[in-house]
Amino acid sequence: MRGATHAKWAACAVAVALAATACGDDNGGGATGGGDGSGIVRSSWGDPQNPLEPANTNEVQGGKVLDMIFRGLKRYDPETGEAEDMVAESIETDDSQNFTVTLKEGWKFSNGEDVTAQSFVDAWNYGAHIDNTQNNAPFFSSIVGYDDVHPESGEATAEEMSGLEVTGDLTFTVELKEKFSTWPETLGYQAFSPLPEAFFSDHDAWLAKPIGNGPYTVDSYSRGSSMQLRKWDDYTGDDEAQNDGVDLRVYTDNNTAYTDLIAGNLDLVDDIPAQQLQNVESDLGDRYINQPALIIQTITFPLYQDDWSQDGMEKVRRGLSMAINREEITRQIFQETRTPAKDWTSPALGEQGGYDEDACGDACEFDPDEAKALIEEGGGLPGGRVTLTSNVDTGSHREWMDAVCNSINNALDEGTVCTVNPVGTFADYRNQVTTDRMTGPFRAGWQADYPLIQNFLQPLYYTGASSNDGKFSNEEFDALVDRANQETDEEDAIEAFQEAEEILAEQMPAIPLWYQNGSAGYSESVSDVTLNQFSVPVYDQIKVN
Amino acid sequence: MGRYVIRRLLQMIPVFIGSTFLIFFMVYALGDPVAALFGDKAPDPATAARIRQELHLDEPLWKQYFLYMGQIFQGDFGTAFNGQKVTELMASAYPVTLRLTLVAIVIELIVGIGLGVASGLKRGRVVDNSVLLMTLLVISIPTFVSGYVLQFLLGVKWGIIRPSVSSEAPFSELILPGVVLALVSLAYVTRLTRTSIAENVRADYVRTAIAKGLPRRRVISRHLLRNSLIPVVTFIGADIGFLMGGAIVTEKIFNIHGVGYQIYQGILRNNAPTVVGFVTILVIVFLVANLLVDLLYAVLDPRIRYA
Repeated sequence: MRGATHAKWAACAVAVALAATACGDDNGGGATGGGDGSGIVRSSWGDPQNPLEPANTNEVQGGKVLDMIFRGLKRYDPETGEAEDMVAESIETDDSQNFTVTLKEGWKFSNGEDVTAQSFVDAWNYGAHIDNTQNNAPFFSSIVGYDDVHPESGEATAEEMSGLEVTGDLTFTVELKEKFSTWPETLGYQAFSPLPEAFFSDHDAWLAKPIGNGPYTVDSYSRGSSMQLRKWDDYTGDDEAQNDGVDLRVYTDNNTAYTDLIAGNLDLVDDIPAQQLQNVESDLGDRYINQPALIIQTITFPLYQDDWSQDGMEKVRRGLSMAINREEITRQIFQETRTPAKDWTSPALGEQGGYDEDACGDACEFDPDEAKALIEEGGGLPGGRVTLTSNVDTGSHREWMDAVCNSINNALDEGTVCTVNPVGTFADYRNQVTTDRMTGPFRAGWQADYPLIQNFLQPLYYTGASSNDGKFSNEEFDALVDRANQETDEEDAIEAFQEAEEILAEQMPAIPLWYQNGSAGYSESVSDVTLNQFSVPVYDQIKVN
Repeated sequence: MGRYVIRRLLQMIPVFIGSTFLIFFMVYALGDPVAALFGDKAPDPATAARIRQELHLDEPLWKQYFLYMGQIFQGDFGTAFNGQKVTELMASAYPVTLRLTLVAIVIELIVGIGLGVASGLKRGRVVDNSVLLMTLLVISIPTFVSGYVLQFLLGVKWGIIRPSVSSEAPFSELILPGVVLALVSLAYVTRLTRTSIAENVRADYVRTAIAKGLPRRRVISRHLLRNSLIPVVTFIGADIGFLMGGAIVTEKIFNIHGVGYQIYQGILRNNAPTVVGFVTILVIVFLVANLLVDLLYAVLDPRIRYA
């Protein structure tokens, strides 16, 4: 009898499955879900690494959303990169240290709350406080009182930074620890966004459906898979959205996103997979964007190792730089989605922003004979060998490292002196880097937070700076950066930074490899697609045909 | 039977504890996850220290494991780095993968056993040879090749289906991914069934059944097939767990936000709670599936009895 019951159960299961398959065939062909022809841009997305709080978002995927739902005191012009007043009416200072911020009248959050001076001060205090463990807390570190709310160890001794003071509904004052002439220019960064009361009163609800003051509102958000943003009709700024909304869909594999774009199920992909770069011109034609972003890749030397920092090694470091054939590698491996580097900043800054294509000079030109001579002159490679280290889980790192090593091996002509040390995951790799466990040169990528030359130099090469992974230290360089920060005139400041860059060219604490371009492809149903300097699509300007 | 089940369930406890500890240990060995949260920037020491403290990363490994297991028994699987509860992630990911697995298993069963029976009965004939050749072909093509090729042909070239699966992942969109996922196992099921049938078709009890004058259909379905299914059932039982965990490639190709995707994401971000939580559930699925397979033996073969 038992057998009979089993057989019946099995038949039933098959029937259910068949019914499911059958009903599946009916609507298997057509596209499902919203987003067809109604002025909605369907775009690819990646799962943001951290909760979508402005002061906790330090990567592009979360940044995309924040750029749509928030407007800060300033905003970087997507084309020129210049910081333009947005919510700020004016930011005034007499001494580059004490600033008075005045807001424009009439700005509102999408839940009806007014954007006031308090919205900014509360948001900044929240971002800086150690209890909230916000990744971007160091951005507030130049404000007086930061150390009280964010001590290096132990509990905070204050709830708010004393350097921030609300002086009226629409005005507040900021006192900085030191002179910092370009500080207002940094305020376009998303960490400085204002936050509504609702953020503090019901934090979980806010995270489930963020509320901001930007041209879009979040319609629905299912974490890890998709977000629907819709144009906010009552938006109070003057850069209102040119489309009715944006649907973001999380893709695990950028190949699938690209396939969806070609099949017409997606309008915008902002990360063209390396394997498809050869086809992209024929697939998309002029609907393919490839432009420099504020990202530079370097090979940094562990100067905390005597082997690499002793006198004479600067010649070896320069020599290694000259042994790398950047032109060929960017062409062969990256299909020109990287641009050979000529300085330590990025062409996306523009000449007026401090980009200088002569900064590195000969040291960044491929010259195998000179490279060999320089390395010999400097005493040769430590132990006669060099090992490059990087994570290899993303970004074709393995491929270009092999190519760089081949280039060095061929130039030196002493057999295999250069080898690659691949690390499995980014997490493991960053962990080794930040705990000073590198014994040879390693990959360092840097994406600027704001389009300022200061952001390319100070955090990376100033003595003891937060991201100075190679522990480079040079008094002259530090002095020039200090001077630049105190200059009240922007041009003078940039000039001082460029002088500091000359020291990098002599000392070569990091070999500039290439600038990473932002790449994107879009469908025929949208137009006016551009990328900003952070290689994020400027969603609000996209038009749906 | 009842005692047997209880004994098997009790045996699961040490397996469960051992496997979770191994997974926990392996994820831990990947290194400190906090550094990666800050991207290419150096982590702010105070913030990093606070995050480590909140996640108990500053405690020794054995203590972390006990804290974690304590949480699990209260139904709390921890929080992923994006601030989402792991239980929430599971609630959204497991149904999707379960549907995908179901589609794959059904395809395996119907097509695999059907082809196996056909070729087993016609041993040495054209049908048999062509099925053998086909399965050989399918086994030798890796999943990511068949996945990308079918996706391109059906999704882009002919435009019959959407190349990717939407986040709701209804059955209708999971048919092609299900086929891709099932392909390799399907070939094995076919071959297992074929061999088994070919062997049993000469058995005494089959000859008796035919001699009794039973209709051919009944001989095949009740006598021959039932006895020949034991190796196939064993294979499929083990395959359920394998399909659920091993769907990672298929899920990636078709952008399905299932278990494979979450585990992959968790490994990339060194997020112990996600990885351990998901794998723990997979371990349980494996154990239960194996138990069910063993119980099914008794149903299929009257000679097997559990005391």
